[in-house]
Amino acid sequence: MILYFLCFVLFLVGLYGVITRRNVIKIVLGICIMEYSINLLLILIGYVHDGVAPIIVKGSAETNFVDPLPQAMVLTVIVIGLATTAMLLAIAIRVYRKHGTFDIREIKNLKG
Amino acid sequence: MEALLAVIILLMIAGSIYTLHARDLLSAVIAYGITGFGLVICFLLLKAPDLAIAQIVVEIITLIIMIAVIRISTREDLTEGATIKVEGVRYVNLRSAVYFVTGLLFVVGFLYFFVKSTLNLDPFGVHSARMAQVYLEQGVELTGSANLVAGVLFDFRAYDTLGEATILITAVVGILTVLRLKGRK
Repeated sequence: MILYFLCFVLFLVGLYGVITRRNVIKIVLGICIMEYSINLLLILIGYVHDGVAPIIVKGSAETNFVDPLPQAMVLTVIVIGLATTAMLLAIAIRVYRKHGTFDIREIKNLKG
Repeated sequence: MEALLAVIILLMIAGSIYTLHARDLLSAVIAYGITGFGLVICFLLLKAPDLAIAQIVVEIITLIIMIAVIRISTREDLTEGATIKVEGVRYVNLRSAVYFVTGLLFVVGFLYFFVKSTLNLDPFGVHSARMAQVYLEQGVELTGSANLVAGVLFDFRAYDTLGEATILITAVVGILTVLRLKGRK
């Protein structure tokens, strides 16, 4: 329960960054932190006490595996997270070339 | 085990708070590495080696992209530590009070829904694999893969992986489009 709560705190830190920071790069970092906390929470839910990694070794009679389903889904999420981060940074660098700053207060003219 | 994980997550929280407040963007990106590599250690402790490998690769690629972005732009975060123009002390006090109360309401609301949803979850370490029971019992016979994560990813949930590849292609096309456009002067 305390681990779930710490994950929640990590999510709140990322949300705080997204809401209060004024630098575009810092906002991207905040989004990444939120994503990390979600990944960690999903893997924490799938853990079993004294479990082993879900890899079957021939000859061993181990049956206490951790849940492979959240691991497979989080693997997908990690790769998609890389794609979104790269996309956000590409947009950030376009904005920097046009306006010469990362400060979102200076970037006012959204037209054209 | 639980205490060790708690310490690592606390370290990740500290690293992310420093990330969001650093004046130098390069040190912000380096401090963001604390969060990412702490997550890798958590994955290893939670018996998810595939995820740890994927995360470490993604983390390093993200670090390289971010350092490249900072190299060709500015390194200093000018918004950090800048003083706001004060237009009367009463007005500023009122505004910060409103901000504080709104933030507190947000946190309390999130906390309420968090507690409500985690009470329905299994406590840490006593997970019952309802949906994955079939995968665990018959995964090897059905897919022929000794690694069950790879079996789930590429056989039982292959459509998800196809969607993931589609998203990757879309993102690459989007990045190329955004970076190649000639901006209007």
